[in-house]
Amino acid sequence: MSAISTADIHTINNLLEQHKTLPGALLPILHSIQDQLGYVPPEVVPMIASTLNQSSAEIHGVISFYHHFLTHKPGQNKISICLAESCQALGSTGLEKDIKQRLNIDYHQTTKDGKYTLEPVYCLGNCACSPAIRIGEKIYGEMDINKFDELLEALVTYKVELT
Amino acid sequence: MNSTCASIANRVFVSLDTSALSKGSEAVAERIQQYLIKQPDMDVTLVRNGTRGMVWLEPLVEFETAQGRIAYGPVKPEDVADIFQQQPFSGLNNHRLCLGLTDNLPWMKKQQRLTFARVGLIDPLDIEDYIRHDGFTGLKNALSQSPQAIVLQVKESGLRGRGGAAFPTGIKWQTVLDTPSEQKYIVCNADEGDSGTFADRMLMEGDPLVLIEGMLIAGLAVGATQGYIYLRSEYPQAHKILNMAINRAEAAGYLGDNICGSGKRFALEVRLGAGAYICGEETSLLESLEGKRGVVRAKPPLPAIEGLFGQPTVVNNVISLASVPIILSRGGEFYRDFGIGRSRGTIPMQLAGNISRPGLLELAFGLSLDELLEDLGGGCKTNRPMRSVQVGGPLGAYLAPEHWSTPIDYEEFAKINAVLGHGGVVVFDDTVDMAVQARFAMEFCVVESCGKCTPCRIGAVRGVEVIDKLTDVHADQGQRQQSLSLLNELCDTMELASLCAMGGMTPIPVRSALKYYPADFGLAPLLVDPRSTHQENTSK
Ligand SMILES: Cc1cc2nc3c(=O)[nH]c(=O)nc-3n(C[C@H](O)[C@H](O)[C@H](O)COP(=O)(O)O)c2cc1C
Ligand code: SF4
Ligand code: FES
Repeated sequence: MSAISTADIHTINNLLEQHKTLPGALLPILHSIQDQLGYVPPEVVPMIASTLNQSSAEIHGVISFYHHFLTHKPGQNKISICLAESCQALGSTGLEKDIKQRLNIDYHQTTKDGKYTLEPVYCLGNCACSPAIRIGEKIYGEMDINKFDELLEALVTYKVELT
Repeated sequence: MNSTCASIANRVFVSLDTSALSKGSEAVAERIQQYLIKQPDMDVTLVRNGTRGMVWLEPLVEFETAQGRIAYGPVKPEDVADIFQQQPFSGLNNHRLCLGLTDNLPWMKKQQRLTFARVGLIDPLDIEDYIRHDGFTGLKNALSQSPQAIVLQVKESGLRGRGGAAFPTGIKWQTVLDTPSEQKYIVCNADEGDSGTFADRMLMEGDPLVLIEGMLIAGLAVGATQGYIYLRSEYPQAHKILNMAINRAEAAGYLGDNICGSGKRFALEVRLGAGAYICGEETSLLESLEGKRGVVRAKPPLPAIEGLFGQPTVVNNVISLASVPIILSRGGEFYRDFGIGRSRGTIPMQLAGNISRPGLLELAFGLSLDELLEDLGGGCKTNRPMRSVQVGGPLGAYLAPEHWSTPIDYEEFAKINAVLGHGGVVVFDDTVDMAVQARFAMEFCVVESCGKCTPCRIGAVRGVEVIDKLTDVHADQGQRQQSLSLLNELCDTMELASLCAMGGMTPIPVRSALKYYPADFGLAPLLVDPRSTHQENTSK
C-alpha cells in the first residue's frame, strides 16, 4: 500500500527534474521533497536512486545519516526543543519534560490528533535567548511552559501563519 | 509636523535578526508601520537592520538624529506611540526606555568592530547602503591586484580561521593558489554547530554582503569561480536573507560572468545542511556538499589540494571570510595591529547561557573573560553565583573562576587545556551539576559521531556508561577509583586515536569538569588522576 498519492509522485518527479543536474544534487533534492511533503517517504527512494544513477541503499544511507530528514509523515507542526548547553544552563531539561508531558509524546512522535511532532535539536543559534525552541520556520526564545501553552493556543485559535 | 530635513526621511531601525524576532521585534515593527500610516505628514522610513548584539535590549528601536543614533529598549508594541510623541528624531529625551546614543553604551564602547562594522548599522539587503558604509572597497582593491598580492595581504593580516582550528587563512589560500586546476572552489562553512555561538548567524543576517564580498575576494585570490555557502538548516532567517542578498548582488553585477566589468567570473549558491553537527568538520562538509553521508575523510589530502569534487578548495568559516574585505580595504597591517601574540585582529565573543546581558561583542584579542562576564554581562540571569563557563562550544573546556582572567588568545587558552573555538561563552550558575555536563559531552558525541572510527563511535558510548558508574550513588570509593581510571584511559584513547576532533576533543569538557569539580562526581579532589590535565588539540 502506497502512502503517497499520484499528485505527490507528480510533484516529486518535477522536483527531481528541477534539481538533478546540480552538482551534489542529493541534499537539495531531499530538502525540496521534505519541504513539499513534510517528510521523505520511503517510496521515493527508488525514484531518486534511478534519477541519480545510484543504488537505493546509497540514497537510504544518506537519508538516515541526517537528523533533519524525516521518514514518517510528521504532524502539522514540527516542534524542536534545543537540548544544547546554553539552553541547559537556563532550564531546558525541565522545559523538555514539561513539553513532553503537555503533548503526551516523546521525541520523534506525533500527537494523536496529528497536530504536533516533537524533535530534539542541538542549538538554534538563539543562545542569547535560551531556552529556545523552533516551531515550523520560527524560532522562539526565553521559553517556559506557560509561554509554550500560549503559543499552542495562538496556533489553534488564530492559525498563526508559520511560514 | 515638519521634518527638519525635507529631502532625507528620518530613519527608525528595528532588527530582523532571529534573536530580536524571538524577543518580539516583528510586532514592534508592525506597530511602528501602523503608527506611521496614521501620521501621513511624518516623513519616516522604517529600516529593518541586523542586531547591535545587545540581545537583552531587544527589541531595540533606534532613531537617527543629528547627534547620532539614539536607542530605546527593550520596546513593547504598546510603547511605540509614546516614544514617537517624545520627538525622538530631535535628540535625547527622558522617556523611560531611552538609553542614550547607541555608540555611547558601555557594550558598544568596549568593542573594536571591524568584521561587524556594519551589522546593525545598515539595511542588510540594500547594496547602496552597503557601499555608503565602505562596502566593496576591498573588492575594488582586490580587482586591481594580482592573486599573489591578495594572498600576501591576508597572510600579512595574521588572520587565523575563526571556525575553531585557528589555522592561518593566508597559508591555506596560498596552497590553493599554488595548486593548478581548471576548477577551484570557495566553500563557506556556515554550519555553526557549536552551542553558545551565533556570530555567523548574526553576521549573515545583519550584513550578508560582506560575506559575499569576502568570498569574491577569496575567489579572485586563488582563481576559483564557484562558491558555496554550506548553511545549517537550523537557520531559516539567515537562509532567506542570504538568498535575497545573492540575488541583489547578481542583479547589481557583483556576482556572475563579469564582476564589476572586470571580465572575472564568480557564482555563488547557498546549500543547506541537514542537522548533523559533524558536517561542520570541513571534510565531512565536503562529503555532504557532494550529496553523500557526512563521513569524515582522512587527511591528507588536504581540501586545499583535493577538496570539493576532488578539486582544490578553500574551506573557511563565515567570520574568516567576512574579515577579508576590511583587510583588503585597510591593509593587512591595519588588521594585524589589533590583538596580542599570535592572535591578531578581532574575534566576536558571544555571551550565552545563564547571563543577565547576553549577546555578541567583537573584541581585539587580549581581554579576559572576567572583564566580560560581570561588568558587561551583569552576572547570572538567575542572580546566583557563577560557577562555571564553557568556552568554545560542546568540545570546549568548562572553566572554573580561577581561569577567567586568562587573556582571550589562542595560545593562552591552549596553556590551560582549553580552546577559544568559535568564541562562544556559556555561563552556568551554582546549581549546575558538572557530572551531568560531562555525561552530556559524551552523549553528544554518541549522537553526532560520524561513525567512521572506533575510539569515537564506541568510546563515547562507553564514556556515558563509565560516567554513570562513577556517579552511581551506591558505588564505594574503590569502585569509583576504578571507574575513574577507566574514564581516564578512555579519554586518552579518544584523544590519541580518533580521526578527527569530534572524538579527539570530547574529552576536553569531560576532563575539565572532573578536574575543577571533582565533588560533583562524588570524588575527593585528590582522587583525580593527574593525567586529566593532559590534552591535545587534534583539530588539525
Ligand atoms: C566536529 C567539528 C565540528 C566543526 N564545526 C565547525 C563549524 O560549525 N563551523 C566552522 O566554521 N568550522 C567548524 N569546524 C572546523 C572546520 O573543520 C574547519 O577547520 C574550518 O571550517 C576551517 O575554516 P577556518 O580556517 O576559516 O576556521 C569543525 C570541526 C570539527 C572537528
Ligand atoms: S572522531 Fe568521530 S566524528 Fe571524527 S571521524 Fe572518527 S567517528 Fe567520525
Ligand atoms: S544552545 Fe540552545 S539555542 Fe544555542
